[in-house]
Amino acid sequence: MTALQIIFLIVSALLLVSAFMVVTVPNLVRAALWLIAALFMTGVVFVLLDAGFLAVVQVVVYIGAIAILFIFAVMLTRRVMTDSGPQTNANWWLAGLFSLALFGGISWILLGWDGANASAPAIDPGLDTVTRLGTELVNPDAFILPFEVASVLLLAALIGAVVVAWERD
Amino acid sequence: MGFFSDPISFLADWLTALMTNAGWPEGLINVIITFLGVFVVANFGMLFVIFLIWLERKLAARMQDRLGPNRVGPYGLMQTIADIVKLFTKEDTTPEGADKVVFNLAPIMAVLSVLLIWAVIPFAEGWIGTDLNVGVLYIVAVGSIGIVATLIAGWSSNNKFALLGAFRTVAQLVSYEVPMVLSLLIPVLLAGNMTNIPGLGVESGMGLGSIVRAQHNWYSIFFLMAPLAALIFFISSIAEVGRTPFDLLEAESEIVAGFHIEYSGAKFAMIFAAEFLHAFTISVLTMTIFFGGWQGPGDSIPLVGWAWFMVKSLIVYFLVAWVRTTLPRIRIDHMLNYNWKFLTPLALVLLISTALVDRIVVDAVDISMTQGQIVRTLSHLAANLLIAWATIAILRRRQAARPTRQPVASPRPVARPPEPETTADAPAA
Repeated sequence: MTALQIIFLIVSALLLVSAFMVVTVPNLVRAALWLIAALFMTGVVFVLLDAGFLAVVQVVVYIGAIAILFIFAVMLTRRVMTDSGPQTNANWWLAGLFSLALFGGISWILLGWDGANASAPAIDPGLDTVTRLGTELVNPDAFILPFEVASVLLLAALIGAVVVAWERD
Repeated sequence: MGFFSDPISFLADWLTALMTNAGWPEGLINVIITFLGVFVVANFGMLFVIFLIWLERKLAARMQDRLGPNRVGPYGLMQTIADIVKLFTKEDTTPEGADKVVFNLAPIMAVLSVLLIWAVIPFAEGWIGTDLNVGVLYIVAVGSIGIVATLIAGWSSNNKFALLGAFRTVAQLVSYEVPMVLSLLIPVLLAGNMTNIPGLGVESGMGLGSIVRAQHNWYSIFFLMAPLAALIFFISSIAEVGRTPFDLLEAESEIVAGFHIEYSGAKFAMIFAAEFLHAFTISVLTMTIFFGGWQGPGDSIPLVGWAWFMVKSLIVYFLVAWVRTTLPRIRIDHMLNYNWKFLTPLALVLLISTALVDRIVVDAVDISMTQGQIVRTLSHLAANLLIAWATIAILRRRQAARPTRQPVASPRPVARPPEPETTADAPAA
């Protein structure tokens, strides 16, 4: 077992623990903090996969923007320190069923996939992954359509937020 | 490579040779050398804070017509050390009802988020922790950990004032991240268009080492090409640190001390040190990204490059201290309006115009030649001046359109001795 594999196992274990804590901790702000830990560990997994750009973007977007707004909303809407409501509602068994089915499905697909046991090919150190990613995103033969669709979707959300917050006289 | 021109590489080579001769495995030697490098950089930052606090107190004192610390040691240099001893011997309190784990985690995260930035800062030729090819984005990412630290410090204290500080944190820090990132994109864009020039060593637009090397001459420093972006970055990074005039998160006269009200002793010292180190770090970043970093006459010797690095950084730090001591705190609605209605649109316009101008110039002239580079700098400067002029014109028109407020009453002197009775009309007693 190489050092990289040991690090990967530790990081994945931490990731799973934090993800589990997100849904089990009764205090909502603490759950959000565990969510930050989980997102950070996901970033570390990206680093282990030689995807530095994705790792950094993961931290900027998910921790820097989304998780902080999460905490902010929780702090504004709930009583600050003394919050321990029920954590489940009547549909908990349905959610559990779906998660089990999803987990089973993904495991089944991965077990049948022969790439699961192959080791990753070494990346050419001269390859500039950031430039490559950028050109692929605007390449008509590659990802320009999903990229533009996502942009339009985000723009629509932005305009929607303005319309919702608009104070009409 | 001699000790006096490049002590860091000299010592690293010497230690490596020593351990290789002792027959240690290569992987272990690499780990030890890397660890020592991290240790040196982190401790340089933390120890330099001691000097910075003294410096800032002296500067503030001079600007406010005082003497500042002058009792402990020569020029009061030992004052900060005395303060540190005092802080560490104070009682370490945790408030009733606080979330203990989170409460103790917050100061650590605050220091961590600042020290992590130093990993990508180029100190001199070859003196850089790691030249990440996404260095600029890394800085933004690490900065967001600092926001989380402030936020959880305010929340976990179980104190209304601390929580108010945390709310203000989100409003301010998340908002000012937007113009900061936009203004950082401009040097990235400028450096990214220089990756094709042979012999310059600019590998990617986003690495800080590459950004420094792209500003290889006095006419190619990014401050000349993007003065407005430098200004936006400087302003928004002061807001990110949360110093006057943007110190709403710890405004003493409004919310006592804001998010760190409940911290005492060593934990308060950590938050305090993190703030001062962050103030110096933004000076270093402004200098590295817009003023050519360690480059200057004689920078082929790393020690001279490091001297340039320190001199330039301290000049920018002087500006930061100057702003802090002379400007009053900005009101919260003004602070948000200034960000969303002024800085962000301006940064967007600058980004688009810089991209257009650079594309046209790079296609028209050969920027690997001196003349081409000067043409490029001049055209960017002209575009910036045009945008600055247009911005000022728009602001003037809007100010003229704004209804002027009528004064409620005319000013009158508060305390004046009663005027002596005029003797012209009065009958003589």
